[in-house]
Amino acid sequence: MWSYEKKLMYPVKVSTCNPTLAKYLMEQYGGADGELAAALRYLNQRYTIPDKVIGVLNDIGTEEFAHLEMIATMIYKLTKDATPDQLRAAGLVEHYVSHDSALFYNNAAGVPFTATYIQAKGDPIADLYEDIAAEEKARATYQWIIDQSDDPDLNDGLRFLREREIIHAQRFKEAVMLITEDREQKKVF
Amino acid sequence: MSQQNNPFRRYYLPFRGMFDPCPPLGPKVFVVPPNLLIGFQPPDFPQFPPLEALQKGTLWEPFFDYYESPYRK
Repeated sequence: MWSYEKKLMYPVKVSTCNPTLAKYLMEQYGGADGELAAALRYLNQRYTIPDKVIGVLNDIGTEEFAHLEMIATMIYKLTKDATPDQLRAAGLVEHYVSHDSALFYNNAAGVPFTATYIQAKGDPIADLYEDIAAEEKARATYQWIIDQSDDPDLNDGLRFLREREIIHAQRFKEAVMLITEDREQKKVF
Repeated sequence: MSQQNNPFRRYYLPFRGMFDPCPPLGPKVFVVPPNLLIGFQPPDFPQFPPLEALQKGTLWEPFFDYYESPYRK
């Protein structure tokens, strides 16, 4: 069960009317390394991971939904007042004819989200290594979006999210170390 | 902001052919995030003040890495 706080994890401010940025941000919304994929990946893998690190997956998976909500807010703000002409100019005409300005789990190229973006191998090391890689890919995606964006307020929020990816990768690496060590085991020489 | 002194950046120079169509971009930069260099978080790790931590996205100073586009002049 979750309890919901009716506020964003970090304030989202967008200062320029640039719907093209919404298109780029969709990579983090419904993309392979996006926040939705991250949340679903961790909250699914947590059932079959050693007890010691269930909490890591649970907490980080939950936080990813808070990130997803920030990305959704950014996309919504960038598209809610855009005319069909502006959306066409932003390369979002295919999105418009299917969804109007509703949000949808597409990546930046308009490819819809698929469960094949995520894995659950049931092998703790394989799964945690996948999670580390996912965090680094999300970090890189944030970098490329920041490279493309000249909206300072939007970039401020994106920098916060990028820093969280660094911390998450760190915690997953620590989780690997926690389940790798065998200090508890009795050694017979 | 200059990235030259950032400890979390590495550079390499892509091979340049004789007939490359575009002018060279120069050294290519990539990020080596702090989580790669620290290992298990040691005790008594330096912390940001609470308000600053909320803004930066981490409580822990050594894990903070500000990103600016290397293409931005």
